[in-house]
Amino acid sequence: MIAEAGLAALWLAAALAAVQVLVAALGLRPRADADALRAAVRPVAIVQGALALGAMLLLILLFLRSDMSVALVVANSHSAKPWLYKFAGAWGNHEGSMLLWVTILGLAGGAVARFERRLDPHTLTATLGAQATIALGFYAFLLFASNPFARVEPAPADGAGLNPLLQDPGLAFHPPTLYAGYVGLSVACSFAVGALLTGQVGRDFARAMRPWVLGAWIFLTLGITAGSYWAYYELGWGGWWFWDPVENASLMPWLAATALLHSVTVLATRDGLRAWTVMLAVVAFSMSMLGTFLVRSGILTSVHAFAVDPTRGTFILVLLAVYIGGALLLFGLRVGTVRQGRLFEPVSREGGLVANNLLLTVILGIVLIGTLYPLVAAGFGVQLSVGPPFFDKAAGPVALLLVALMAIGPLLRWRRDSVQALVVRATWPIAATVFAFAALIVFAMPIGVLPLLGLSLAAGLAVASVAPLWGRNLRRTPIFTWGMVVAHLGIAVSLAGMACDAAFTAERLIALRPGDATRVGPWRVTLDGLSPVVAENWSAVQARLTATRGDRFRELFPQSRSFTTPPTTTSESAIATVADGQLYTVLGQPDGTGRWQVRLWWKPFVTLIWGGGALVALGGLISLVGRVLPRRRAVTEPDW
Amino acid sequence: MTAKTQRMLLVALALGAVALAALLALSALKDQAAFFYAPSDVARRAPPLDRAVRLGGMVAAGSVRRAADGVTVHFTVTDGRATTPVTYAGIVPDLFREKSGVVAEGRFKPDGGFVATNLLAKHDERYMPPQVAGAMHETKTLAQ
Repeated sequence: MIAEAGLAALWLAAALAAVQVLVAALGLRPRADADALRAAVRPVAIVQGALALGAMLLLILLFLRSDMSVALVVANSHSAKPWLYKFAGAWGNHEGSMLLWVTILGLAGGAVARFERRLDPHTLTATLGAQATIALGFYAFLLFASNPFARVEPAPADGAGLNPLLQDPGLAFHPPTLYAGYVGLSVACSFAVGALLTGQVGRDFARAMRPWVLGAWIFLTLGITAGSYWAYYELGWGGWWFWDPVENASLMPWLAATALLHSVTVLATRDGLRAWTVMLAVVAFSMSMLGTFLVRSGILTSVHAFAVDPTRGTFILVLLAVYIGGALLLFGLRVGTVRQGRLFEPVSREGGLVANNLLLTVILGIVLIGTLYPLVAAGFGVQLSVGPPFFDKAAGPVALLLVALMAIGPLLRWRRDSVQALVVRATWPIAATVFAFAALIVFAMPIGVLPLLGLSLAAGLAVASVAPLWGRNLRRTPIFTWGMVVAHLGIAVSLAGMACDAAFTAERLIALRPGDATRVGPWRVTLDGLSPVVAENWSAVQARLTATRGDRFRELFPQSRSFTTPPTTTSESAIATVADGQLYTVLGQPDGTGRWQVRLWWKPFVTLIWGGGALVALGGLISLVGRVLPRRRAVTEPDW
Repeated sequence: MTAKTQRMLLVALALGAVALAALLALSALKDQAAFFYAPSDVARRAPPLDRAVRLGGMVAAGSVRRAADGVTVHFTVTDGRATTPVTYAGIVPDLFREKSGVVAEGRFKPDGGFVATNLLAKHDERYMPPQVAGAMHETKTLAQ
């Protein structure tokens, strides 16, 4: 019954989405009875979101109960799995993850209907109509091509189990967070479409849209950061970012959303960049949909590609073409009605933010081309792959330029500024950069050019990011200024971590007999011995490593795990975190003569990467609080 | 400056940024894209020795040998028609095994051997990298 109820909830939600589109369209006509129709859109959107959530909860219930009469549970779960992976396993597969996608889409629309009070009622109606239009396509995809509630007859005794790489607490956190960000951007797109339809692109529109963009961006930042750390410790390759197309699929919406976040500020504060902001909102969600296509169509080799089914790929591709094409067409048709925003001087905060947007666009373009190029080449019968060397070489320098701009941008004043005054304000950040550069040249060479510049600029950016607080009454500083300071500081911290990892990582690959020792970086690591470990659904060989460094002492227990359902082995890395970095250990296979392969990395300050990511998200959260809370005191828009 | 010129200037800048991105990306792609080879491709078109490429196929049965250092493995990749010897120093992926699909990233040596810096094995029991699946499928089709 649960599966049927879930399917019914999904059909009802889809029907309500259709009603929502219709009512919104009728409510936008200039007629006397349109007010009542517009008022009806809000509750419809809320109920639609609730129904989608209901379907998701029912699917989770099916997984928790290990209901083996449901095809999806059979294919992806097993009764002996720990409950956390039954729960999170509900979205550890194609159908379930698409249902989660649609659920968040419905909930985001419901949240806009429930909480949005600032937006013009006509634009809100159009926004909710646009949101339901998007939802409708994805409901169709679920119901016709990816039904999560299909039954199997006869029901087998037990299921096939979940991919062991996914059996990790990260599965409970990373996909929902990332999706909240990914799909949350649909709201920005719907706002843009709504405002294009009603011609209400202006400061009020930007102020209403900004918290929603911020919210999605916070989730996206957290999701990417969490995903990066998960890949880092789960894959056992010692890397934190692989320029895998699936990672790029989450990075591209983030780049677009970051650009949008800054351009919407120009629109809200200075009423400039109107058409550009609307365009970015459309592009940001287009990137989310493109990512969904890349990840869910099975076109890519990835742990995220759960099943290869060409019909699904085609379905998503058609949805993608219809929605992105439709939104761009609407933009093309209606951009003429967007009145010219206010003018601004090139040397001003607005000018700096335009440069920020241009550089983010360049990086987005590079990542996009690098990600799609193999697919296009495959279309011409050429098989190739594009990996880290390309992205580092093409995007790295532009990213560093962007960091330099990030340092000076917040020092610029709105409206008009002078270069001389800017140089005076930027004295300390420039000094910090030069000092760090010189210190690295003297003490740390040889390191690569990118890490060298990265560390120097990180030092400058760290100083520059707190500069907006200098000489201010901190108690009277607006909350959102604190948010910007924290977020920019987070980028500096993260960049420092990336550069340290690239420049100072020490690696050792060796076969050790129990009792043998080796060195990596400042650590001396001894393989004490190996012992078997058994858990609910796996057994493992566990190594006991003792790491010593001066008088410091750590024990690590990397494992080589064998899962029974499906029969697979995975290696579980063991990581010792100390104040100045991480010792990362992986146990390999026995070599047949009594030795075991061990791979060790000493990664100085690598934790800064994710700590910085968390700071960036925290900065976003602080800004969001500052934007949403009623103003306690009269605050003018900050001068800088 | 009038409103219109500024708007045009911004549009030009945006287009310029996109063009710059495309230019940067395409020029870097020329040097950095890693082409995919199956063992039988090697005979047909000589692989470049100076850049990273990918080699895909099946790990030939009985071909996996470990070197004395305990961390280097030698094995042969086959696509049914030709074979290529591969050397890899590192921990092989969990799903690396004989008669199973593999994609090796690395460089060809002048003697026709391949030095892998990274191995990608199929992700789970049900799953095979599309490139390997493609190479295998082609082989099967030709064999029939």
